[in-house]
Amino acid sequence: MSDNQKSGVVGGNYRWVGNNTRRPDGVDKVTGRARYGDDMVLPGMLHMRMLRSPHAHARILSIDTSDAEAMKGVKAVVTHKDVPDHPPAKPPFGPAVSDFHDLSRNIMAREKVLYDGHAVAAVAATTESIAKRAVRKIKVEYEILPHVLDPYEAAQAGAPILHEHQFTLGLEPKPKEPSNLFRTLGGEQGNLEQGFENSDLVIEREFSSQPVHQGYIEPLACVASSSEDGAVELWTSTQGHFVARTLLSRLLNLDMSKFRVTASEIGGGFGGKTTIYHEPAAILLSMKTGRPVRSVMTRGEVLRATGPTVGSVCRIKIGAKKDGTLVAADAEIWYQAGAFKGGPVARATDSFFSPYKIPNARTACHDVCVNRPKAAAYRAPGAPMATWAAEAVINELATEFGLDPVEMRLKNAVKEGDTSLMGTKHGRIGCIEVLEAAKNHPHYNAPLKKNQGRGFALGYWLHGGGLSSASANLLDDGTLTLALGTPDIGGSRSSMRAMAAEELGIDIELVKPAVVDTASLGYNHLTAGSRTTYATGMAVVNATREIIEKLCSLAAFKWEISVEEVRWDSGEALPADKYAGKLKPFSLKQLAKMAPGTVGPIAGHSEINAKGAGASFCAQISDIEIDPETGGTSPVRHTVILDAGRAISPDYVEGQMQGGAVQGIGWALNEEYIYDDNGRLLNTGFLDYRMPVASDVPMIDTLIVEVPNPKHPYGVRGVGEPPLVPAPAAVAIAVENAIGRRMGDLPMSPPKVLAAMDAQKLAAE
Amino acid sequence: MAGLRYEAPNTVDAAIGLLSEVAGAKVLAGGTDLLVQIREEMIDPDLIVDIKRIDETRRIEITPDYVKIGAAMTGAELGENEELAAMWPGVIEAVELIGSWQVQGRATIGGNLCNASPAADSVPAIIASGAKIVVAGPQGVREIPAEEFPKAPGRTALEANEFVVSLVLPVPPKRSGDAYLRFIPRTEMDIAVVGAGVSVSLNEDGTCASARVALGAVAPTALLVKDAIDALLGSKLDDVTLEKLDKAARDACNPIDDKRGTIEYRTKVAGVLVRRTAAIAWERAQKQNG
Ligand SMILES: Cc1cc2nc3c(=O)[nH]c(=O)nc-3n(C[C@H](O)[C@H](O)[C@H](O)COP(=O)(O)OP(=O)(O)OC[C@H]3O[C@@H](n4cnc5c(N)ncnc54)[C@H](O)[C@@H]3O)c2cc1C
Repeated sequence: MSDNQKSGVVGGNYRWVGNNTRRPDGVDKVTGRARYGDDMVLPGMLHMRMLRSPHAHARILSIDTSDAEAMKGVKAVVTHKDVPDHPPAKPPFGPAVSDFHDLSRNIMAREKVLYDGHAVAAVAATTESIAKRAVRKIKVEYEILPHVLDPYEAAQAGAPILHEHQFTLGLEPKPKEPSNLFRTLGGEQGNLEQGFENSDLVIEREFSSQPVHQGYIEPLACVASSSEDGAVELWTSTQGHFVARTLLSRLLNLDMSKFRVTASEIGGGFGGKTTIYHEPAAILLSMKTGRPVRSVMTRGEVLRATGPTVGSVCRIKIGAKKDGTLVAADAEIWYQAGAFKGGPVARATDSFFSPYKIPNARTACHDVCVNRPKAAAYRAPGAPMATWAAEAVINELATEFGLDPVEMRLKNAVKEGDTSLMGTKHGRIGCIEVLEAAKNHPHYNAPLKKNQGRGFALGYWLHGGGLSSASANLLDDGTLTLALGTPDIGGSRSSMRAMAAEELGIDIELVKPAVVDTASLGYNHLTAGSRTTYATGMAVVNATREIIEKLCSLAAFKWEISVEEVRWDSGEALPADKYAGKLKPFSLKQLAKMAPGTVGPIAGHSEINAKGAGASFCAQISDIEIDPETGGTSPVRHTVILDAGRAISPDYVEGQMQGGAVQGIGWALNEEYIYDDNGRLLNTGFLDYRMPVASDVPMIDTLIVEVPNPKHPYGVRGVGEPPLVPAPAAVAIAVENAIGRRMGDLPMSPPKVLAAMDAQKLAAE
Repeated sequence: MAGLRYEAPNTVDAAIGLLSEVAGAKVLAGGTDLLVQIREEMIDPDLIVDIKRIDETRRIEITPDYVKIGAAMTGAELGENEELAAMWPGVIEAVELIGSWQVQGRATIGGNLCNASPAADSVPAIIASGAKIVVAGPQGVREIPAEEFPKAPGRTALEANEFVVSLVLPVPPKRSGDAYLRFIPRTEMDIAVVGAGVSVSLNEDGTCASARVALGAVAPTALLVKDAIDALLGSKLDDVTLEKLDKAARDACNPIDDKRGTIEYRTKVAGVLVRRTAAIAWERAQKQNG
């Protein structure tokens, strides 16, 4: 644990909230007792393996499973024939696309395979090794088709078409030819042309980045068990078991109530576990065999077939006045959605220009299909790559004008009452506080050594609220259980119990939180969008307050006074008003003991649609050292400054900040998918998919700023996503500053850095 | 269906017998390559023969004339032997670069050699040391010079049913030093883009009396680079020598473009690394006065 520092507005003097407490899941995790996706073993369980496409794009002519089915130990095989088909979804589409035509084909290829690793069939056998061998006996005839991997190329006329039924939305007249470009989202305000004309300087640059994987440590794993009466139990590593239930019920045309989905302990997700992949096949095989079926994906399968975030091409043009005032900004962006539409274009457009007031602005963000796995969410989906582009150009403007990059941003920073390009009206936000904290941080002006460069970037993220349910049960002995429905991916159980203990005024160790299955609680949306501590936290506070009300009524009943004359303080019911000090207070423990003999069990529950999560800001300072002979890069110092609203559990907030920075370092420096000429993925393991390891990064400094969110009882803002938003930007800008040359293409891997340095030397000669 | 059979014989002869019994049987040392290959379905052997119970593969013997290292000694174990580490610091730093702390507790020097990856870290250092590879098989025991052991990616000089029992390294003369450096984009858990092993012995006047220079990951097998050795012999490590060494290394490269690096990049970095490695070996040799 490092000392996390705090600055800014800190209000409220709490016993648990804002303090580091023992983590409730810690002991089980360090002793190996915690049960992850592949720790579930059921009697009679079969093992599933999938056959996956070796082609980037091919028509399936036939699939012959007979040899596999004839093998001893093989109990069933499923293909697309076993998956219910769905018609394509019709417009209008919301910001997030939901299309069961696509989903049914992503989990099992139907007419075509669309990427290397696309699932084609699944086998259930008595052992994993038999299942593996059976997979090799399935014969598939393919007609290989040309493929396309780059989003810009894929959007051009004449590119190989992935979906013959997809016509670009919103074009008049309706296009005659199908296209990989699904739609373009964006916004516009002011007068762009005039804005650029009125600018003292306009800088335009093009940037590109590669898809990067969330890189969660635990590969996807599940166990499905269906019974003769059509009930389905599913144990799976997911960021949202209620969402999985909805998807599975609609995909398989089964009543939602037939499903009982349990979220296992989860070894990371970062957005990557927000949908379903192998679960439908495991359920279908369980239905066919009547036996539980387990599937554990390999790392190779995870990299080939599950969603990374999108790769991008961004053209950014920004104009400003000499004094640093931003006047006009224009962005055109191509995001590769992967094999099916639905890249994070909507969120992207409300991210990169949003920290600033820019009177004339336009964004256009294209959602393009390519022959890669369908993109999934990844911490602030869509924001980091475009944020890099915008922040790099703003820094260049500052340099040209001789302005300090933070001062220039302060000049344009958004405040309470401002409205973003995409129409978000801001309440109390901490953009200025974060920038001020960055400027005053010792790192910001620390001297650099030879071959080192510094990058500064600011990031914005608008958080989600949404649907959450929680229930709290007070037990006879005065302890409390909390039932939650949002998987704990970043320490939410710790924060939930801190808030419950704070409300009740009892020792935090008396509260035991648990993530329960879909049959045990009202609906919960995903643990994603930095929403859990905000939304589920509110539900927990509500549920706990309901318990307090009931305890006050019980005390009133015992004292024979009215409930209005009872108040709750620090774990006790106290007589108030005219009875104040006249009756002996009841402790929570006494009341809990009285309850069974009087009012009965005491519980509270809350089901909400949380609004007002609002935006938060994160600034990062990165120092990178370059080996001038090899182009090797070393992050030597990195600082993250984040407005957390209120850090309920500061250690966890610090962990989120450090994790985001590390992921950004990997994204900017070395992570990339390497495909061969046939569109086959070559780096299917962590040895060659170069995520940073612990020794690659310095200790990441953190500074938590607290500008409490007025919409949350404890002032929480989301902290999961903002730490990644400006991270690749800060690192990439540092590399460019170190070598004194623009690169504009991520990752800035050693060969590219060396080539840029050589080009720089040539140019100097 | 027959599963995967596992045997752990106690003697060299028993191991040869088992290897001869089942076609395609695989030797198992630390398993950090073998088990990964089985899991990734690159190979599907019916028998694996674990050689870790064979005494000869599990010891280090240091005599006045030679150093004998059992093939199944792990990187961690080799690093703990202070006498060995003082004699061949470059070989030791090479095995201690393999993977991570955890991987080094399993990964063996023989396994690194026999896996025959062109990028194997210990191999350039082993070649630079002038080691001989001791091989046992149905026809008896033979010794192969280290530089002749790797034949192609994934292929070695081992004949059917042979396996490596140990490696024999010379005892370095006075004023000797060796070193190994590799380039990877990360700091660990990565495979060399280029690896360079250099060993030198110096004359009393500081000129080079003998030298061996080897490169990894820049050709189908690790290379002993003759021109680089010639550049060093009789010279001091001045700028002219370093420039010659750099060029000799670049000229020797015959790399591929792959997921770990491009031809152009690998060639350039080979020159840089050889210079840097030679400088470390030189400094060590200068400190080894007797
Ligand atoms: C995470 C990770 C990181 C890694 N990092 C590196 C790295 O940085 N540098 C590097 O060079 N390698 C690296 N490797 C590869 C591997 O660890 C090394 O090659 C290691 O030295 C192999 O030794 P082993 O004892 O585990 O071999 P095994 O896996 O047991 O065997 C490897 C091969 O050699 C054969 N074999 C083994 N011993 C003998 C013998 N005595 N005689 C005949 N055949 C034999 C086996 O049949 C097999 O084909 C890494 C591997 C992993 C999993």
